[in-house]
Amino acid sequence: MIIGALSWGLGWQELSDAVAIGAIYALIAVGIGLVFGVLRLVNFAYGQLVMAGAYTLAFTSTWALWESIVTCFAVVVALSIAMELGVFRPLRGQSPAVMLVTTFAIAFLLQAIALLVDIHDGTIGEIVFSQIGALNESVNVGGVDVRKVTFVAVGTALFALLVIALLLNRTTIGLHTRAAAADFSTARLLGVRANRVISFAVVISGLLAAAVSILLVVSNPLVSPDFALHETIVVLIGVVVGGIDRLWTATLGGFTIGFASGVISALLPTDQSVYLPSVLFGLVIVVLLLRPAGLFAWGRPTTVERV
Amino acid sequence: MSRYLDAAVELLAPAVLVIAVGLVSTTVSPANEIYFLTALVSVAIVVAIYVFVGNSGVLSFGQISFVAVGAFASGVMTVPLESKQSVLTDLFPLLKNHTIGSVPSLVLAAVLGGVFALVVGLPLMRLSGLAAGIATFALLEITHNVLQQWTKIGPGATTLSLVPDTTGPLQATVGALIAIAVAFVYQRTRLGRKLRASREDPAAARAIGVDVHRQRFWAFIVSGALAGFAGALYVHMLGSITTEQVYLELTFLTLAMLVIGGTTSLAGAVIGTLAVSGLNSFLSQAEQGVHFFGAKLDFPSGTRLIVLAAVMALVLIIRPSGLTGGREVRLPRRFR
Repeated sequence: MIIGALSWGLGWQELSDAVAIGAIYALIAVGIGLVFGVLRLVNFAYGQLVMAGAYTLAFTSTWALWESIVTCFAVVVALSIAMELGVFRPLRGQSPAVMLVTTFAIAFLLQAIALLVDIHDGTIGEIVFSQIGALNESVNVGGVDVRKVTFVAVGTALFALLVIALLLNRTTIGLHTRAAAADFSTARLLGVRANRVISFAVVISGLLAAAVSILLVVSNPLVSPDFALHETIVVLIGVVVGGIDRLWTATLGGFTIGFASGVISALLPTDQSVYLPSVLFGLVIVVLLLRPAGLFAWGRPTTVERV
Repeated sequence: MSRYLDAAVELLAPAVLVIAVGLVSTTVSPANEIYFLTALVSVAIVVAIYVFVGNSGVLSFGQISFVAVGAFASGVMTVPLESKQSVLTDLFPLLKNHTIGSVPSLVLAAVLGGVFALVVGLPLMRLSGLAAGIATFALLEITHNVLQQWTKIGPGATTLSLVPDTTGPLQATVGALIAIAVAFVYQRTRLGRKLRASREDPAAARAIGVDVHRQRFWAFIVSGALAGFAGALYVHMLGSITTEQVYLELTFLTLAMLVIGGTTSLAGAVIGTLAVSGLNSFLSQAEQGVHFFGAKLDFPSGTRLIVLAAVMALVLIIRPSGLTGGREVRLPRRFR
């Protein structure tokens, strides 16, 4: 993919930017894909977890950096668990449409709360002014200006993926999670405790959301109620394009749509660049038509095609 | 005989509700009229979505694209000629030099919505499940992007204003009734029944010879035409519109209305819309202070959205099959 992009006359500069977007999107994709795997629930409110993390960072800007980051993680994970207990659990086993629309409502609710916060202190959005912003500075690598956050994003993504891979493949809870993702009712029959597995997935996805909020405020320090909304929608689409049935294809899908949007915006002539969403989503439709089970879903389909 | 009675009740129950809302809207103050009109136009939009989503069981985020196309086509074509030529200078000559009345613009919007649905439905209706849902989302993003940027067909990112606001109580009520009638006729015909059979059990429907994807395609076109029509009603109610008003928020709100009412019935679409619109209007009033059963309610501003979202989530958690349980309104057995 990267070599292909280079041959179209793209510079390393555009590529490094595209990889940075792709890495952050991949992190969001893992968070969404994990929860989908065990709950069969497309969590639309995932972006609002990221938004809550960003607000926390904004309000704790005056604190020491580590305190601010720890608080951010704590708030997002707590919110993630609250969402599972208050919303996902009562909805377990409902139709996908009902679950998705309920997460819309939750997303609305969290946005409305953020809006209320904004109304009450009379500002539009909050600004994160802690030292996190320093990651926005760039360093010169072989003639290419790479922002520090790019390294952090790629590093975090690789580290998170490695840790999750180890957790899933080398621990009992990971084995249970994979079993639950493959066939939830059979896994329960064989003694997998549903609530533990789901809580595990929800906590991990909360941790990832917190990490994403830190990475996103670096390039976008103005936090508003619709923070991360657009990113979440794009990643949701990317996850389905990649193949939502498996965590790896979902993650690759998230990375690919981020990378592709970076590459397409660099390739489009300046006066046409406003049409980036059309080109990107046009491609999405083409890919879905050609490979409806997922771009990276090779081999035997895991589930029977449902019409 | 009871068959016809059932059919009559199925059509009349939502129709009577809509007429009642229309009648009440003529008695309230002009300031409050907008709430009732919005509810009626929302009924038209949600019924349009219901025709596809409710009958096919496939979740679509793309129907608001057809609302957007209908709204902008009808809006651009009805702006008075002099103002259009001075404000929307980039338009194609055909659009710039012609203006039509509100009623023809409704027809135009319906036709355009239907044709647009036909063109995109050809490829999209081959998809199933989540892939279909996401593809329709991509359609919404593309439609929004093009409408927002291409100034040859519309106002672009600026507000389209000076649209004649001809959607009053009568027009909104009749518009909603037309949508309900079309949806009713569709779901009672052979086509609608085949599609509903495929929703309940795709394999069994295929086995009796239903071409599931083709049936979805027909429903998509009917839904697209109704959505275009509803979009035209919407723009003539507002008088001015931006692309943001027919985008994500409207998509989520209308889908929530449908699911809260009960996805699989026409009565659900209408009742869900009226319930959510009613709650929304009441809360906007409460933010400004209102007397309710003797008590003075005065919510701080910003609470409307919170309460609305919380109530929507609660209804879905407590009653996932919707307020109507996805069933049509029927007479009690002893009256049949």
